[in-house]
Amino acid sequence: MIDQTVVDLSRLQFAATALYHFLFVPLTLGLSFMMAIMESVYVMTGREIWRKMTLFWGTLFGINFAMGVATGIVMEFQFGMNWSYYSHYVGDVFGAPLAIEGLMAFFLEATFVGLFFFGWDKLSKIGHLIVTWLVALGANFSALWILVANGWMQYPVGATFNPDTMRMEITNFMEVIFNPVAQAKFVHTVSAGYVTGAVFVMAISALFLLKGKHIELAKRSMVVAASFGLASALSVVVLGDESGYVATEHQKMKIAAMEAMYHTEDAPAGLALVAFPRADGSIWEIKIPWVLGLITTRSFDQQLPGIDDLVEGAEVRIRNGMVAYDALQALQDDPDNQEARETVADTWEDLGYGLLLKRYRTDIQNASDAEIAMAAQDTVPDVWPLFWTFRLMVGIGFFFIAFFALAFWKASTGTLDKHKWFLYTAVAVLPLPWLAAEAGWIIAEYGRQPWAIEGVLPTFYAASSLTVLDLVLSLAFYVTIYTVLAIIMVILMVKAIKAGPKDYVALLNGEDDEETGLPRQYEDDAKAQPAE
Amino acid sequence: MDVIPIDYETLRLIWWALLGVLLIGFAIMGGMDLGVGTLLPAVARTDEERRVLLNLIGPTWEGNQVWLVLGGGAIFAAFPPLYAVSFSGFYLAMIVILLALILRPVGFKFRGKIADKRWRDTWDWALFIGGFVPALIFGVAVGNVLLGAPFDLDRTLRPSYLGNFFGLLTPFALLCGLVSLGMLVTIGASIIAKRTEGVIAERATRYGQWSALGTIALFALGGVWIAFGIDGYVITSAVVTDLPSNPLAKRVELVPGGWMANYSTYPWMIVAPVLGFAGMALAWLGLRIKRNLLALLASGVGIFGIVSTAGLSLFPFLLPSSHNPTASLTLWDASSSQLTLFIMLVATVIFMPIILAYTSWVYKVISGPVTTKSLSRNPNAY
Ligand code: HDD
Ligand code: HEM
Ligand code: HEM
Repeated sequence: MIDQTVVDLSRLQFAATALYHFLFVPLTLGLSFMMAIMESVYVMTGREIWRKMTLFWGTLFGINFAMGVATGIVMEFQFGMNWSYYSHYVGDVFGAPLAIEGLMAFFLEATFVGLFFFGWDKLSKIGHLIVTWLVALGANFSALWILVANGWMQYPVGATFNPDTMRMEITNFMEVIFNPVAQAKFVHTVSAGYVTGAVFVMAISALFLLKGKHIELAKRSMVVAASFGLASALSVVVLGDESGYVATEHQKMKIAAMEAMYHTEDAPAGLALVAFPRADGSIWEIKIPWVLGLITTRSFDQQLPGIDDLVEGAEVRIRNGMVAYDALQALQDDPDNQEARETVADTWEDLGYGLLLKRYRTDIQNASDAEIAMAAQDTVPDVWPLFWTFRLMVGIGFFFIAFFALAFWKASTGTLDKHKWFLYTAVAVLPLPWLAAEAGWIIAEYGRQPWAIEGVLPTFYAASSLTVLDLVLSLAFYVTIYTVLAIIMVILMVKAIKAGPKDYVALLNGEDDEETGLPRQYEDDAKAQPAE
Repeated sequence: MDVIPIDYETLRLIWWALLGVLLIGFAIMGGMDLGVGTLLPAVARTDEERRVLLNLIGPTWEGNQVWLVLGGGAIFAAFPPLYAVSFSGFYLAMIVILLALILRPVGFKFRGKIADKRWRDTWDWALFIGGFVPALIFGVAVGNVLLGAPFDLDRTLRPSYLGNFFGLLTPFALLCGLVSLGMLVTIGASIIAKRTEGVIAERATRYGQWSALGTIALFALGGVWIAFGIDGYVITSAVVTDLPSNPLAKRVELVPGGWMANYSTYPWMIVAPVLGFAGMALAWLGLRIKRNLLALLASGVGIFGIVSTAGLSLFPFLLPSSHNPTASLTLWDASSSQLTLFIMLVATVIFMPIILAYTSWVYKVISGPVTTKSLSRNPNAY
């Protein structure tokens, strides 16, 4: 049997490292795009201030990017390290987008990011601009392919189970790529990244304005951020809604849990604004009539099933899954057993539901009614965390539309720096996009539980056969090194922001400082000498 | 897709070769950076000298590292059981490698941001670890593959592992680790000698000559050990190359000197170890007579030869199991489906030439010697 402690620790570790990785990803996505916009303005107008802006935001981008790469490498190897049965069971499908991500995105991004930093004096203006756009493009490709992979976990299309190899195999790759869940996820997630970039630039520029420093750079950066931010905030919400839409068709349980909807409601369902469980098991809530039904089904008359009904449906599938498993065993004993082969072919879609029983016994074909009922109940994710994180994300989403609309209006009327309260607000909202993005992943991933691959492979069944000690050591390792690095990174970011934009132009042109006679960059480094 | 235009056996062979290309690509490109990292404390003693070395690999190390990331991704996509068994089996060793790989990106970026001696010295050590540790462990891993790993597969093909971290550190595996370290230090020294000037280049030339000679000696010792000291694995049932991937369908036995069998079956394979020796010998000569480009190219050839020797000796095995030889993974029974291999091949044929084209363009743009003067002109220098 599978050690539940190992599974829980593996989940904790995956969640921690993925959420940590995703602290850096959105800023890379957003900032690289904004730097490319700024540099384009520089190339078109030839105004030096725009290059200064690109270079300044580029410094902050670089610090964040290093962390993104360091934590991303961990992600790439973690599937094999911690989810080895997962890797075996779906590697044929899931590995392909991951490898294509490497071919198409990582190489592009990583190769040109070096040139972005080292190529200023080696490339023509246009040449360098192209490099910057390629970095942004690479980041977006990367998001595309990883979300194709992740979307497949939510909605596993284009693949079937092969009993000879005991795994899922691709039957139609186009379906995997054009998976509607993956497409919705991609647009929603990269938009979330753009919002993050815009809020970041906005907040730091506001800080400069409040301190009366670097006014020219800050004002221009704010204008870019306001327009880019408004477009992205709209896209996040409109397409976030799309994401919900897709979830209802394929992941009804997730939507029901997000809404704490235990009983099927008559169409169109209302959206609960707040809800609390009462002592007697019923629920106290305030509802906006119709809204949920509209967001999720785009219609007035389609019903949304409640959790209780879905559990009943799961029970039927579990029983069918037991049949599939039985036939699979017969087929393993005798590969020429045609009858068993046909049974597997007819019932494999419920095999995953049968595997849910593995938590209770190894010989699942002999499961009792009580065990089947427990396994069916396992298909319900934790309702309350999902309910509240969803409201947190949606609240932030609507807030950002209002915020960027205001900022955009102020930018068009040239009043961005007129009101202190606005600047303070712009600084204060800095953490919100990260909160919303992390909340989004918790909804998407925690809401998918108990499945690693929706309906196909239970999470606990996907884990590696490791020991608790292995997990304790690795978890301690990640917590320590990630904490130390996070602290250092914040210190360096603050230092770079305090230092403000340097006079890069003088440096690039090779002018030495009149007083010290040293190249400017070196004034700082002179203090570090000698290292002997 | 109804008809896949390439048969299963050929696709499996192609992917086995491509995996070799990726790993050799990393050993050469990434290996240069690991070698420079290993040499950092010895070759560069002052902050200024260290900055020269860091900026020498600064613009390109990130792209080079993707060879490794892609190697991981390609194993996942083309040989999922190999990815599943090896990464979870060598769990704690992987954690040690990850430590090194996490330290590198942040080390490069963070080191120069604060002008304090203790700060920079600390990161110099981190970068040294980030070079030395993977250079050694990758070799140790290959050594353990040659010895076989203690894993098993049950009927549902779920892997389980019976060894532990310290079990990996056998004398033979450590020897392989030193070979790997030696060859990467050689290529690292060659690129330093080629692209820097003065005292740094001189020191690198000295260390590079020693490491080239050391690599030759250790590689030879490894060959003798494999021929007379350890057992190789041989498939004893009929070898079928186009069945659905299921490792349990064959039988395997241990045979003394078994890893030498391929060289008598396919005599051309002897080219690989010959290139290994010749490359390293030429690298030594190049450094000695100050033909640094020759040294760089020759050490690349040497690495190619040495890594291919390991891969060809193992053929058709990917990861033998010492616990239950029958569960050993071979390229014939541990691959993805025919369709997946084909799709991945199409993607590779499209993107690999593009990658090679822009990578070489970037190398051209940033070529030229790295000196303290050139550094001071770049606001983004490390
Ligand atoms: C390609 C697949 C994939 C991708 C792109 C992501 N995840 Fe995921 N996630 C998984 C594949 C996965 C998984 C392997 O399936 C996990 C591990 C354990 C589990 O239940 O699902 C999982 C679990 C998991 C959990 C914990 C759920 C639980 O165990 O209860 C969280 C919070 C996240 N992930 C968050 C993220 C974040 C922040 C991501 C963005 C970087 C992310 N996931 C991308
Ligand atoms: C669990 C799945 C994930 C894996 C295995 C993974 C893997 C990686 C790896 C290996 C890198 C470093 C590449 C390099 O060397 O340059 C990386 C970076 C990156 N990843 Fe992820 N990643 C995951 C999730 C995501 C998601 C969901 C997104 C976007 C929506 C994303 C976007 C990026 C971006 C933009 C980078 C560039 C580096 C940076 O963040 O600054 N990743 N990822
Ligand atoms: C009205 C506003 C929003 C709505 C209706 C919405 C809706 C959703 C839904 C339903 C999901 C889950 C998709 C799934 O089940 O797989 C999701 C995921 C996510 N959300 Fe939102 N969201 C909104 C705002 C935001 C904002 C403001 C951000 C960040 C700035 C954000 C970032 C994310 C992320 C990163 C994910 C995970 C990736 C994914 O599954 O697409 N969302 N969102």
